[in-house]
Amino acid sequence: MTITIEERREQALAALPPHREPGFWARTNRWIRTHLVQFFAAFALLFMFLPVMIVVLFSFNVPAGRFNYNWNQFSTIAWTNVWSDDQITSAVKLSIEIALVATTVSVVLGTLIAFAIGRHNFRGRGGINLLIFMPMATPEVVMGSSLLTLFVTAQLEGSLGFGTITVAHIMFCISFVVVTVKARIAGLDSRLEQAAMDLYADERTTFMKITFPLVLPGIVAAALLAFSLSFDDFVITNFTSGQAVTFPMFVWGANTRGIPPEANVVGALMFIIALVVVLVPEVVKRVRKN
Amino acid sequence: MSEQTTSTAAPVSTSGGGADLHIVDVTKRFGSFKAVDDLTLTIPAGSFFALLGPSGCGKTTTLRMVAGLEEPSAGRIVIGNEDVTHKKPYKRPVNTVFQSYALFPHLDIFENVAFGLRRSGSKDVRNEVEAMLELVELSTYARRKPTQLSGGQQQRVAVARALINKPEVLLLDEPLGALDLKLRRQMQIELKRIQTDVGITFVHVTHDQEEAMTMADTIAVMNAGQVEQMGAPMELYENPVTTFVANFLGQSNLIKGELTGKTGGDASLLVQGQRMAMPTARVHSERDEVWVGVRPEKMQISRAGTAVEGENSMAGVVTDASYIGVSTQYLVKLPWGQEVSIFSQNLSTEGPLGAGEDVVLHWNPAHTFALDASQDADAGAEKVEGDE
Repeated sequence: MTITIEERREQALAALPPHREPGFWARTNRWIRTHLVQFFAAFALLFMFLPVMIVVLFSFNVPAGRFNYNWNQFSTIAWTNVWSDDQITSAVKLSIEIALVATTVSVVLGTLIAFAIGRHNFRGRGGINLLIFMPMATPEVVMGSSLLTLFVTAQLEGSLGFGTITVAHIMFCISFVVVTVKARIAGLDSRLEQAAMDLYADERTTFMKITFPLVLPGIVAAALLAFSLSFDDFVITNFTSGQAVTFPMFVWGANTRGIPPEANVVGALMFIIALVVVLVPEVVKRVRKN
Repeated sequence: MSEQTTSTAAPVSTSGGGADLHIVDVTKRFGSFKAVDDLTLTIPAGSFFALLGPSGCGKTTTLRMVAGLEEPSAGRIVIGNEDVTHKKPYKRPVNTVFQSYALFPHLDIFENVAFGLRRSGSKDVRNEVEAMLELVELSTYARRKPTQLSGGQQQRVAVARALINKPEVLLLDEPLGALDLKLRRQMQIELKRIQTDVGITFVHVTHDQEEAMTMADTIAVMNAGQVEQMGAPMELYENPVTTFVANFLGQSNLIKGELTGKTGGDASLLVQGQRMAMPTARVHSERDEVWVGVRPEKMQISRAGTAVEGENSMAGVVTDASYIGVSTQYLVKLPWGQEVSIFSQNLSTEGPLGAGEDVVLHWNPAHTFALDASQDADAGAEKVEGDE
């Protein structure tokens, strides 16, 4: 009573229900279901980048009237003439100067705070954690007006400008730096530092060779974040600026009398710079791998 | 950078190295918990020593104290003639292979292995690293990052990174825990070979008794911060002195009995009304109340009525027989209700005995051991396999 494998297979196949190719609707249905996520992803990306594309597009426009809202004519005039407008130039310059100082100071202080909170147990750590979070949770309008009150109370009303804006920016940037760097420190395996110590590295060498290089990506990310937050800020800046005009304030002011295409050029440039900063390391990494 | 210069590389030193490691009255408390309790061990230079025990027995804490990553609450740690108890990790002549390797993710394999040499200011980093990578057969991977290597390769990098510094003592913290079974067996042989080659003292922490027995020439079985027994693998297995060792290292059948007398080298026992004999040297109890122990593979199983002269024997009924090819595992119920297990080689041509059959169990008196009956007969029996 032995049967061969072939016979066994025949029997098994005969016992199965007959095979049918799926119909047109079944296949369409399946295609939609498997591609739905991609469709939504593409839609979400479009939603995010459409405004940026409009900004770039209208930087090549020659406005028909005061307002740069309707497409009139293609031109690269705005791109070639972008720094000819003194108002734009000085506003961008001021914004960059503030952003550079605010970024540097907030990254240094924020990183030190992040190490303190992330690595050490001390009294009041929980409270400090909460305090650091506060500026992010407070509405900007509230913070801007309180800062102005503070500066006025401190009799700095006459000297509002670069200094006060920078101090205000440092204050809210620190929170973001701490949160970003702390996340990186939390993800750091402390056994790596133990391994370094085991391999004859003293505390300082361990920090320089292991801890710092591993936390560095977090610090760089924090710096980029701080820079763009500072460069971009309008509400708090508006309260603390006095007579100074940053780039966002210039755009806001220009809005009433018509924003020149040059403003779009600056916006497009910022976008391109951000893109380059993010993409170049990726490309370098890919090239190195091959 | 060329990687083809390994032929000119200096060979790694194969001369005997290492120093005695003394752990003297060491205690480590974490709050009110005693992780290591008044531990004293001497590990001779050049030996492959295993600290074996279940998770939480204090073996890893002991290793970390030797490495300098924990400070003892009391006691001393001496390497060679140097007291290192309170020295920083980077001032000790030891290196560690960490449990999950702890390779530096931002450095390539070459720089990982070179890390220790660069710190100690070696003059010939390049040749030494290349020779070491050759030893662990990873020369072609020098410029890869750790994440681009398989688990087994990462493990070898971790060994190379520690070994290249020619420490007096190499510490291995569950070094094979993250590998699958087949690779683990392969690496056990590999590590043993490397240890024989370099002659450095290896201290190996593991919860895997088979791993410890395969690799180590001396094993210390740890439990609750203390050493239960120390010796060669065979000595521990054949002649355990506590119920914990009897159960943790393999399996044991422990039956209540009483010591009735000692004449010369022989001791006599009374087990549930039956007289038995055993060597006095294998009695590890101050009291007469004892656990009479026999390993399952030392017991032989025969049909009831078989004459067994000169052997210890007892009657029973088979309750379960599992045929597993190389052997059959029986569960046999004894008249007083206790069940014992027997591993029997399949030498009979008739096939295994079936459940319900009356049998007689018998064994050579020299395979009997006796343990203090005040100890828990189940101590060490609940092993947890896998990672801690």
